[in-house]
Amino acid sequence: MPFKEKLARSLFFLAAVLSAAVTLAVLGFMIALSLPVLKKAALWDILSAPWSPDHGQFGILAMIVGTLCIALFSLCISFPLSLGCALFIEVTRPGGPGKVLKKIVQLMTAIPTVIYGFVGVFLLVPIVREIFVYGSGMSILSASLMLGLLISPTMILFFSQSFARVPQSDLNAVDALGGNTVQKLWYVMLPHAWRGILTGIILSFGRAMGDTLIALMISGNSIALPSSVLDSARTLTAHIALIIAADFDSIEFKILFICGITLYGMTSCGILLARGLDRKPR
Amino acid sequence: MTNAFWDKLLALFSWACALLLVGAVSVIIGFLVVKGYQTIHLELIFSTTRPLDALLFKQQVFDGLFPAMVGTLFLVVLSMGFALPVGLASGIFLAEYAPPRVKWIFSLLFDVLAGIPSIVVGLFGFSITIFLHHSFSDRIFPCLLISSLSLSFLVLPYIIRTTQISLESLPLQVRLTAPCLGATKLENIFLVLLPSSLSGIVSGIVLAIGRCAEDTAVIMLTGAVATAGVPRSIFSSFEALPFYVYYMASEYADPLELTKGYGAALILLILCAGLFVVAYAIKTRLTLKTPYRF
Repeated sequence: MPFKEKLARSLFFLAAVLSAAVTLAVLGFMIALSLPVLKKAALWDILSAPWSPDHGQFGILAMIVGTLCIALFSLCISFPLSLGCALFIEVTRPGGPGKVLKKIVQLMTAIPTVIYGFVGVFLLVPIVREIFVYGSGMSILSASLMLGLLISPTMILFFSQSFARVPQSDLNAVDALGGNTVQKLWYVMLPHAWRGILTGIILSFGRAMGDTLIALMISGNSIALPSSVLDSARTLTAHIALIIAADFDSIEFKILFICGITLYGMTSCGILLARGLDRKPR
Repeated sequence: MTNAFWDKLLALFSWACALLLVGAVSVIIGFLVVKGYQTIHLELIFSTTRPLDALLFKQQVFDGLFPAMVGTLFLVVLSMGFALPVGLASGIFLAEYAPPRVKWIFSLLFDVLAGIPSIVVGLFGFSITIFLHHSFSDRIFPCLLISSLSLSFLVLPYIIRTTQISLESLPLQVRLTAPCLGATKLENIFLVLLPSSLSGIVSGIVLAIGRCAEDTAVIMLTGAVATAGVPRSIFSSFEALPFYVYYMASEYADPLELTKGYGAALILLILCAGLFVVAYAIKTRLTLKTPYRF
């Protein structure tokens, strides 16, 4: 019997090591495969130069800027919306309507990203083109609007969860002192829940940066540096998807691993930050 | 300003946000339903082939969604086949065996894995293919096997997390009863702990299936193509529903193809929403029907 126990224990341990190895293997592959490029060109040149393979320039600055622009802008759209919805679920209408909204939000997490992209191409892009009469409509604005919708469930569920964790006794105290809802929110709920809110923002920012399909389908994929929200832009993720067909031995292809490692680094930082926030005693 | 004014403003703001969100989602779903519902009939899936012949793989289906649906099914089955045993075992290790420090390191790594963008996982799968191609056999190309392996990396952290959380959230009484009666740790895990946390674990698995079915970024880098027919082996390239939807949006040749794109998108949406509802039902049903209340 003890042998069986030991065997099971080591099998479980082996599985955990195997899964953890995947995380490290992805990082290892990205580093190992981007080293040859880094030997030829300085990292700074790659990060700051424009992308024009015909002239021997393989910079990914425009893609990094594109990624950050689209992710930030979608966050700006989604944050107030998500906060409002979380307030609706937990504070202003916690009964029937709030529960219904929560179910809808949970269902939203099941909508595939390619669906958002598909509807974006055939519904949102023409609308943006008509309203602003500028370019093709494939722009940072279109991508950010769709991406904002994609990341809002993550934020809403995180926000409402951290609002729900505010101790009921504190809320009762505000009521007993004759405080109104706004005071309750401002003086009790936000000071309690800000960690959760920040965690939700960081995680959904990571999701916005990591998403491929929406940016690939409706941001236009131009390699120029964007100068307004109506300009087209290319994200790192879309860049990987677009260049993958290139020759394996070309520099274009090898640069993809730098893109990959940049994405890996940015999202891991987000995860570390979120974990740090979550771990602190409340 | 009076207090009542601010209260009303807050209520107005939250109502506006809620309505805006629900409105936007209804527009998206409504748009697909209105444009796609007419295309959904057997011909969309089987084209001119007889459905029975197609289902028995006697005859290849051209111009239909059948190969894409079969591709997605194979993808889901294979990647869950890889991810389930490893994920469940890792979750059990984390919840039941790991000392605190080991647990901290492992869960950090799994969190990072969960955060890696799917396109980077796809790039990883693609570079493994190139590596194998160069060092073992030049007959190795992006294929169903590589895709499902990469997908299993993607869903692994979800399975681990749901297993771990379901096990850890069991009440202490459940945890201690069997060992008190003389059960070993392994018996306790397999006969008491896992059965009691089954609903949480199963609904997590169903959600992971949904992720396998919807992900496009991984498979577009590791072997999904626009026309391949039903895959002959795990070493051949394949079609898949989400890739078909993506491909139709960018490369459609005529309005007829586009309507098939709408149909495919609607089917994918129904599939994923259906899986979500199943997961939800399992979670609530099984919890309600548990004979013992603690």
